[in-house]
Amino acid sequence: MASDTLFDALIEHDISRRDFIKFCTAMAAALGLSAGTVPRIAHALQTKKKPILLWLEMQSCTGDTEALLRATKPTAAELVLDVLSLDYSETIMAAAGHQAEKLLADLVKNHKGAYFAAVEGSIPVKDGGIHCCIGGRSGLEIAREVCGNALATFAMGTCACFGGIPHASPNPTGAVGVKEAFPNATVLNLAGCPVNAENITAAIVHYLTFGSLPAVDAFGRPLFAFGKRIHDNCERRAHFDAGQYTRQWGDDGHRRGWCMYYMGCKGPQAYQNCPTVRYNGGTSWPVGSGHGCVACAAPNFWDEMTPFYRRLPQPFGITVETTADKVGLTVTAVTLGGILLHAIARMVKHHTRPKGEAAQGAKPQEKTEWKGPSWHE
Amino acid sequence: MARIAIDPVTRIEGHLRIEATVEGGKVVDAWSSSTMFRGFEIILKDRDPRDAWLFCQRICGVCTTVHALASVRAVENALGITIPDNARLIRNIIAAIQFVQDHVIHFYHLHGLDWIDVVSALKADPAKTASVAQSISDWPNSGAALFAAVQKRVKGLVDGGQLGPFANAYWGHPAYKLPPEVNLLGVAHYLQALEWQREVIKVHALLGSKNPHLQTYLVGGVAKPVDPNSQNALNADGIALMNQAARQAIDFVSKVYLPDLMAVAAVYKEWAGYGAGVGNFMTYGEFPNDSRSNSANLLMPRGIIMGQDLTRVLPVDQQKVTEQVTHSWYDYKEGDGKAKHPWEGETAPRYTGPKPPYEFLATDAKYSWLKTPRYADAPMEVGPLARVLVAYAAGHKRAKELVDSALAQLKAGPAALFSTLGRVAARGIETLLIAEAIPGWIGELSANMMQKGDLRIHEGEKWEPATWPAEAKGYGLHDAPRGALGHWVSIANGKITNYQAVVPSTWNLSPRDAKGVRGPVEAALIGTPVADPKQPLEILRTVHSFDPCMACAVHVVDTRGRTIAATKGA
Repeated sequence: MASDTLFDALIEHDISRRDFIKFCTAMAAALGLSAGTVPRIAHALQTKKKPILLWLEMQSCTGDTEALLRATKPTAAELVLDVLSLDYSETIMAAAGHQAEKLLADLVKNHKGAYFAAVEGSIPVKDGGIHCCIGGRSGLEIAREVCGNALATFAMGTCACFGGIPHASPNPTGAVGVKEAFPNATVLNLAGCPVNAENITAAIVHYLTFGSLPAVDAFGRPLFAFGKRIHDNCERRAHFDAGQYTRQWGDDGHRRGWCMYYMGCKGPQAYQNCPTVRYNGGTSWPVGSGHGCVACAAPNFWDEMTPFYRRLPQPFGITVETTADKVGLTVTAVTLGGILLHAIARMVKHHTRPKGEAAQGAKPQEKTEWKGPSWHE
Repeated sequence: MARIAIDPVTRIEGHLRIEATVEGGKVVDAWSSSTMFRGFEIILKDRDPRDAWLFCQRICGVCTTVHALASVRAVENALGITIPDNARLIRNIIAAIQFVQDHVIHFYHLHGLDWIDVVSALKADPAKTASVAQSISDWPNSGAALFAAVQKRVKGLVDGGQLGPFANAYWGHPAYKLPPEVNLLGVAHYLQALEWQREVIKVHALLGSKNPHLQTYLVGGVAKPVDPNSQNALNADGIALMNQAARQAIDFVSKVYLPDLMAVAAVYKEWAGYGAGVGNFMTYGEFPNDSRSNSANLLMPRGIIMGQDLTRVLPVDQQKVTEQVTHSWYDYKEGDGKAKHPWEGETAPRYTGPKPPYEFLATDAKYSWLKTPRYADAPMEVGPLARVLVAYAAGHKRAKELVDSALAQLKAGPAALFSTLGRVAARGIETLLIAEAIPGWIGELSANMMQKGDLRIHEGEKWEPATWPAEAKGYGLHDAPRGALGHWVSIANGKITNYQAVVPSTWNLSPRDAKGVRGPVEAALIGTPVADPKQPLEILRTVHSFDPCMACAVHVVDTRGRTIAATKGA
């Protein structure tokens, strides 16, 4: 029997009804929804057909594909074969060369407007896109066609969201994120370096359940994963409040799990659910393993959060109720010192400026600029 | 005579294009091209050298540990830092888990589908598959019910018309030779390996917070604290978890990976006659037994073998490593034929290839974003085969046992190792050898922290840039899963002035050099049979045997490359 829905598929390989409900409950929790929505998620997954996912790699390191392989709820095999039909992924797919190209062309043609796209890696736009070619075509052209005809595109990881490391100064290849390359595409930014696999799953299930993309912040990132500041959810926050800090690698404070603020931790400037979701099936996350956060889901973090081991200026005036959007406004309002806070304010200014116009009187001082338009409205 | 292009070459990391000329059912010439460039090492200019490992790590998310390790080693070498013993052990454990996980994924998920016909598995009798499985291994998950369930799952995909990643491949190609029962075994282990890798890699999360892109290296050591009396540090609980993962690794490699490899190899023995390559092999060696910078006291020895001569292992001198750009999309000021050592490296990218869309590259001219590395002017194959051959020739006891046992099972002599199949076998052999070493390092780490009370993880004396000399330069060597990796760094006034990486896949996938000599993959493809040029499965077998990693291979690292900065914003 063909497995028409996700539920059929799960049942077919011996996932019990109970496990299925557990999965739906975990998804509800990941999305910050009440237990009352579990039946709705379950219903959606039992009635929707397996959606097609076409996963493109541009200027990528394949770290986001690797992240996908570490998924636990559901597992990689379930994601790739059962929850979704992963019909194109250069890293995983069996077909190669002409057969792979034909597969992609046919899928885009036959399922226009009905498939999901995922993009991993930034898109180089300089010189007609010659810095990334696949099958003799530029990645820019391929992504334009695939993302332009998709129901929605998931930008997987910070490179696909904002340009990431290839975009870092001096951005030799004109690398940009998906939304900047194709302003008319429907894009959800699943930032992180790499993206957390649990956030991929939650975003997809959100769409299958509610028929729409989740609410996002100023940077197009879903609030269910990027709505809270790392510092406010950090397991070491009590030590920050108590003035207990790690001062040297391996010192008494470091071994006792004290705050990493003086070691350069960017948690006070970073928005992501790492402290609660963690990585690799909940095993750990950077601060939990003794290294500061580098704010890897923030646009331009390679330029604006470095040097990584220099401590941030004291983050005043930010509370647990704050989102990335509000931080920018707060910072703009009180014009706090410190180049990192300034950097975030600048990004927000860019975000709120009228589309297509230069920000008035706010000449960028950094070597690169973030040009993402305000697409979440 | 037919000219063919395979692009994208899938089931590798990154963007690789192979062009080949096929005549009389064989490859008579071949060109390897990388078609993606980020130039991101240029970005390292003027950065803090202590940050470099985080940048370099993002060269590749598959080889997620390797550039980080080479980078901290290079900076430590430049600044004269000796890391604490605990840091060496934690780095060894992380690197070893990377090898084991990466090689298993390569065998089943990247290379396996060149040998295993997924659709043929539908014709298998699950009971027969169970008896095959039980005859080659005592791995417990080998019952007929399990194989029947896997078969049902594949059938569901086929019947539903949604084959997902298995769609439109070369299924039914005459070069597939395994019986349906063994194909079903392969598919079952494809799925089991996917589950296994997710568990075994948790050691990386324990020691390094997450995988991919661990966040734990430091210039001078590691950031993972060790303390048996803290719940926030590596303690007895963490040691137990690592020991369990090490056991799972050894079990899976010895009871699933190696038996499957031998079963597949026995059917495809003719592949010991194809894919020899250049016959020169180089390894920097790996897994240091002491903490000296670039120590030569290693689990797997450093050395060079020239011209398939297993009677002599030559020493490695990093000064003899050079790169050329005759066929690469870069210019050298003193002429493209010049061979430059990484410390003197130069970078001016200039794309002169065809404007996309294009059908073929102009392979007489420049045709790749990869440079051409050479050792004393000779092309070198790097990777598992190089490591195993050097260890074998150097008389490494365990390597000799494992190689001789594999050769005996296949009724072949050492000459069979110089081949596509030899590369596949060497990867499996070294995976077991490395996995077996992990418990020893865990034991040493445990003894250090529990018995000796040694809790040091970082040498902090030279952490602050104020303690550094005005100028310094260094190199860091690491033999990564795909082969010999070197990073070279120059530092002035606390900032990076020059950074260069010479990477395994650049060695293996390089275009021709100034004299027209082919790179290792290009050479290995000569003579490869091609039954149907429209379905060049056989070419993929040899290319995949090198486990290419293209994001790693394209490196532009000379931070003095002004041309790039000048064209910014164009």
